[in-house]
Amino acid sequence: MRRFSWFNATSLTFGFAFLYLPMIILVIYSFNESRLVTVWAGFSTKWYGELFRNEEFLDAAWVTLKVAVLSSTIATVLGTMAAHVLVNGGRFRGRTLFSGMIYAPLVMPEVITGLSLLLLFIGIGLERGVLTVVLAHTTFSMCYVSVVVSSRLATFDRSLEEAALDLGCSSFDAFRLVTLPIIAPAVISGWLLAFTLSLDDLVIASFTTGPGATTLPIKVFSSIRLGVSPEINALSTVLISVVAVGVISASLITKRAALQQAREEQAAQRAT
Amino acid sequence: MRRYVVIALPYLWLVALFLIPFGIVLKIALSDIALARPPYMPQLDLSQGWAGLRDFLTALDFENFTFLTTDDLYWKAYLSSLQIAALSTAITLLVGYPIAYAMARSEPEWRPTLLMLVILPFWTSFLIRVYSWMGILSTEGVLNQFLLGIGVLSEPLQILNTNVAVYIGIVYTYLPFMILPIYAALEKMDDSLLEAAEDLGSSRLQAFWLVTLPLSRNGIIAGCFLVFIPAIGEFVIPSLLGGSQTLMIGKVLWEEFFSNRDWPVASAVAVILLLILIIPIILFQRNEQRAREADQ
Repeated sequence: MRRFSWFNATSLTFGFAFLYLPMIILVIYSFNESRLVTVWAGFSTKWYGELFRNEEFLDAAWVTLKVAVLSSTIATVLGTMAAHVLVNGGRFRGRTLFSGMIYAPLVMPEVITGLSLLLLFIGIGLERGVLTVVLAHTTFSMCYVSVVVSSRLATFDRSLEEAALDLGCSSFDAFRLVTLPIIAPAVISGWLLAFTLSLDDLVIASFTTGPGATTLPIKVFSSIRLGVSPEINALSTVLISVVAVGVISASLITKRAALQQAREEQAAQRAT
Repeated sequence: MRRYVVIALPYLWLVALFLIPFGIVLKIALSDIALARPPYMPQLDLSQGWAGLRDFLTALDFENFTFLTTDDLYWKAYLSSLQIAALSTAITLLVGYPIAYAMARSEPEWRPTLLMLVILPFWTSFLIRVYSWMGILSTEGVLNQFLLGIGVLSEPLQILNTNVAVYIGIVYTYLPFMILPIYAALEKMDDSLLEAAEDLGSSRLQAFWLVTLPLSRNGIIAGCFLVFIPAIGEFVIPSLLGGSQTLMIGKVLWEEFFSNRDWPVASAVAVILLLILIIPIILFQRNEQRAREADQ
């Protein structure tokens, strides 16, 4: 029997208050009439109007979205390949180096990753802009994707793929028709993780970006360095709501799918 | 044939965009500053063949590393990063453990929701979570207004732009990384062990100290490293919440690069930061390995 005491209830209450109050306060103050962020002067949605009229923010948001979609998609393809190689690739020359290169970027401080990529781009004379940020984001997020996908591949029953090969599939078809549908949830969460990491990144983007490719975090960072502003509060509220809706609906969908599966399994057992 | 493409594509990508850039950092760390663009000397000139390579190698030196030891800004920044990271890891453990413990003791049907509530902030922008504390901690911020309002303070506290704000920022943003591994360890625990301890006459506190805590050891170690390692190189938190006296190596590297434009010194700072990080990273890997073996 597990005991749930008043102590546990208090730590949960305080813990979640600590995690959520700062964001709730941020959301509340985004509806403040006053430009002074600290004085409540009545309810207003005017900062949202200002935000959606601010060309600089809109441009930055568009750049960020482009970079995130491109880099997370390339990272998912490369990361899934890398996971496949790590789990099923057998031995090949340079395998240790390969797995080292997959895990190292996960613990590398962002300032170092950013610095080293910038020095590379300057060294080969590549002009900095959207392309260089996409290359940088792809590099670190493919490692996250490959960790997520390889943890799923490790529990995958390879005999299914072998059966497909025995029945005359080419190895690519066996992967496409058998393996991929089974590991699809992990591939999708890998893509989502890569997408979020790219949307969120300030440090690496600051090093690798150039004129005309200001991402939203860079824009936000340069304006909050000067202090708190109601427009940024409005922007944060928009982003927080998008994430909250996304995560909550994703968890509801997976919960429903799990229930559905359990019901089908029960029905199948009853039928036999 | 296809097998080689599947191996070669991610392999070459990582060599080109991870390994080679890192080699460049090493090389520039061993070079001298030059005012031309790019601001460092020497450059490897392959068109001159072996002579170019020899010139390049003889011009390399450890001057930048010696420079780092002569100016106490750098070793103070390394020490203060380690100290801030260690202390905030300890605070995060003290805050996170009771939460993870309470989650593991809650009703099983509540746990997925609680887990989701812990993970949700992780998907929210890091920058926004740090920013949210600026409005709370500033002298006219929500916290000061509240404390002045209820009469605890007679004048506002200066918290923003001090190290206290940096600690709060690190604990807040990294808390999920501490809670999740500890929760995973506690959730697996067999409750009959606690009953056995109590049957044998130990108090609940003793049972916690002698049974629960040792069994969650791997989770605690994993959580501490997951907070400590990224906190050392942190840039956003000290630059937004910290003050001018807050010294952290990520911030020093950033300023060396963007403000002073001294690339060789910035690269040398990066190389030493990595050398410092290697020890905790190896210890962390070893702990993970042990935990995996214990599971099997």
